[in-house]
Amino acid sequence: MGAPMSEHSTYTPGTGIEKWLDERLPIIRFSKEHLMDFPTPKNLNYWWTFGAILAIMLVVQIVTGVILAMHYTPNVALAFDSVEHIKRDVNGGRIIQAVHSVGASMFFAAVYVHIFRGMYFGSYKAPREILWILGVLIFVLMMATAFMGYVLPWGQMSFWAATVITNIFGAIPVLGNPILELLRGGFSVGNPTLNRFFSLHYLLPFVIAAVVVLHIWALHVPGNNNPIGVDVKSSRDTVPFHPYYTMKDLYGVVLFAIPFAWFVFFAPDILGHPDNYVMANSQVTPAHIVPEWYFLPFYAILRAIDFNILFINSQLGGVIFFGGSIVILFFLPWLDTSKVRSGTFRPMFKWFYWLFVINFLALAYLGAAPAEGVYVILAKICTAYYFAHFIIVLPVLSRIEKPRPLPASISESVLGKAHA
Amino acid sequence: MGGIVSMFKTKTILAAVALVAAFAAPAFAQDHSGPHIEKQSWSFGGLFGTYDQNQLQRGFQVFREVCSNCHGARLIAFRTLAEEGGPHFSEGQVKALAAEYNIADATAEGGTRKGVAADRWPSPFATEQDARDANGGALPPDFSVLAKARGVTDAFPWWITNYFTGYSEGGPDYIHALMNGYHEEVPENAPHAADGTPFALPEGKYYNDYFPGHAISMPPPLQDGAVTYVPGEDGVTVPETVNQYSEDVSAFMMWMAEPGLVSRKETGFKVLLFLVLFAGLMYATKRKIWQGIEH
Repeated sequence: MGAPMSEHSTYTPGTGIEKWLDERLPIIRFSKEHLMDFPTPKNLNYWWTFGAILAIMLVVQIVTGVILAMHYTPNVALAFDSVEHIKRDVNGGRIIQAVHSVGASMFFAAVYVHIFRGMYFGSYKAPREILWILGVLIFVLMMATAFMGYVLPWGQMSFWAATVITNIFGAIPVLGNPILELLRGGFSVGNPTLNRFFSLHYLLPFVIAAVVVLHIWALHVPGNNNPIGVDVKSSRDTVPFHPYYTMKDLYGVVLFAIPFAWFVFFAPDILGHPDNYVMANSQVTPAHIVPEWYFLPFYAILRAIDFNILFINSQLGGVIFFGGSIVILFFLPWLDTSKVRSGTFRPMFKWFYWLFVINFLALAYLGAAPAEGVYVILAKICTAYYFAHFIIVLPVLSRIEKPRPLPASISESVLGKAHA
Repeated sequence: MGGIVSMFKTKTILAAVALVAAFAAPAFAQDHSGPHIEKQSWSFGGLFGTYDQNQLQRGFQVFREVCSNCHGARLIAFRTLAEEGGPHFSEGQVKALAAEYNIADATAEGGTRKGVAADRWPSPFATEQDARDANGGALPPDFSVLAKARGVTDAFPWWITNYFTGYSEGGPDYIHALMNGYHEEVPENAPHAADGTPFALPEGKYYNDYFPGHAISMPPPLQDGAVTYVPGEDGVTVPETVNQYSEDVSAFMMWMAEPGLVSRKETGFKVLLFLVLFAGLMYATKRKIWQGIEH
């Protein structure tokens, strides 16, 4: 598996033109090797289809976004009405806009499944550290893109989210204010903010696409991890990507499209907030400023730090923990040093993994709850546990846990499964 | 296979139980001081819901005769009132209606002209300041998307069911409740201020059960009998009550905010039907291809 992919090549140019092309730009050979022949472990489960689902979602967002940009007006006086114009007057606009806004939620739903799949099956472990790091980078870029996209309809939540989130950067010592003014293009959120967010919201998806290419490249060097986390030992452990996984992934994509379509056609606004149907108004603060659901766990962490830590004030402290909660993901491959990849064979890790998932969901819930009373205390506990999972639980588990015996190979595990 | 499957199920059940527990704990601690808003049975609610044309026409009448004296609807073009799936007035009716309004137009002689079907609904006030001056400092919100800018919050875990029922009628439910939530005097159960003093209604405000903070600037806009409905051709009459008016105008406001609701759902049925059948075919193909591969 570690060998360069060209060794798997079964491509022989069929025609003169193909031969001519192959000597100059072997794009057909490359496609055949990577999209068709690529040896893939035969025991991948449906959680693995989310990679393909995400690739499709990126395309869906870019295509619908390009069309929306043809009709959208990035000006504070016109933006809100131009989105309504798209929904009311543009041919198919109602559906294109709904696909894009619901699509953002579906994209994040899929990326969370993808990330948590990687965490359970140890897909970040050697030799896939770079693959994981690129994935976290894509996640960060997605968050930036989604945040700026949410500002564009220029509703109340758009405006106040922009205000609250840009404020985060203002807490950075010394450089905070210049960064804040650079982000906003002024002293407060206004027309320059909307314009640069529109520009960057159009740019970043293509940056994401580029990092996705690197992500897939980094995947194709060691090949896929798999549910038992045991390396591919022989060609008996794998099947060619096409038609086995092209077909399985396509099935997964179509299944995923069902809840997607449900929201688009039967409840396009249910994932949003009613306040975003009120045009942005800097003079009226909404009763509760709530980010989109996919930011809630991190928003809860940001708000949980409401106390000063030595010379660090609570605002900067919140920013450090908020940033740290994402930065720590980059270090995951070196925090979990257990030699066993798959959680299936780690009796203790398994429990702590699910505890981490529950804790993450609890943070999401707390991010939407008002910052008062019992919620504040719970948010602090959950934030502490979030970090403890990475800094304490995983390193300690790696030392004390006695993993269950691993199957000798994928084929053996698959056969055992069939006979059980 | 059996071992793995049962293990997976145990995991799933454990995760689900823990998830519910994690959510339920803070939910129990939640303070439900806001009044409960009764969900109405709307013709356009649910999977198969469509607008009731007669109701939209009545709602339009209420809007025109009462609401539009103070509230605008700047995104609504007269022509849309003739569209199918909406109030569906005839084109002649809409043209005649538009012609009753004067539209500000700098290119016309004298600065105004008669409305045409392509015009948007004219605002009752020329500027925001004029609107505030006429309404004791308060700004009557524009109606164009107001029905989607309001909502009903359900306590955990009930809002989860909304994702499966596609509940999108929070706006009309709130508006209907608001119209029926007025009190002539501050009621005894009005919330006390933080320092324990009884609820003090500021001058020029009205008490409403459902308005956030209870003190609303809008006087009760609807009274029984205020709008006269024309009986149907078959002689059927509709009650001329605040409750009926508010239902009708809420439905009309929902149509203004979401005029394409019916065609959207129609398309949705086709799309979902296709996807389910297609998924079935994909599954069958996938199975066929994987046949004979132990995995």
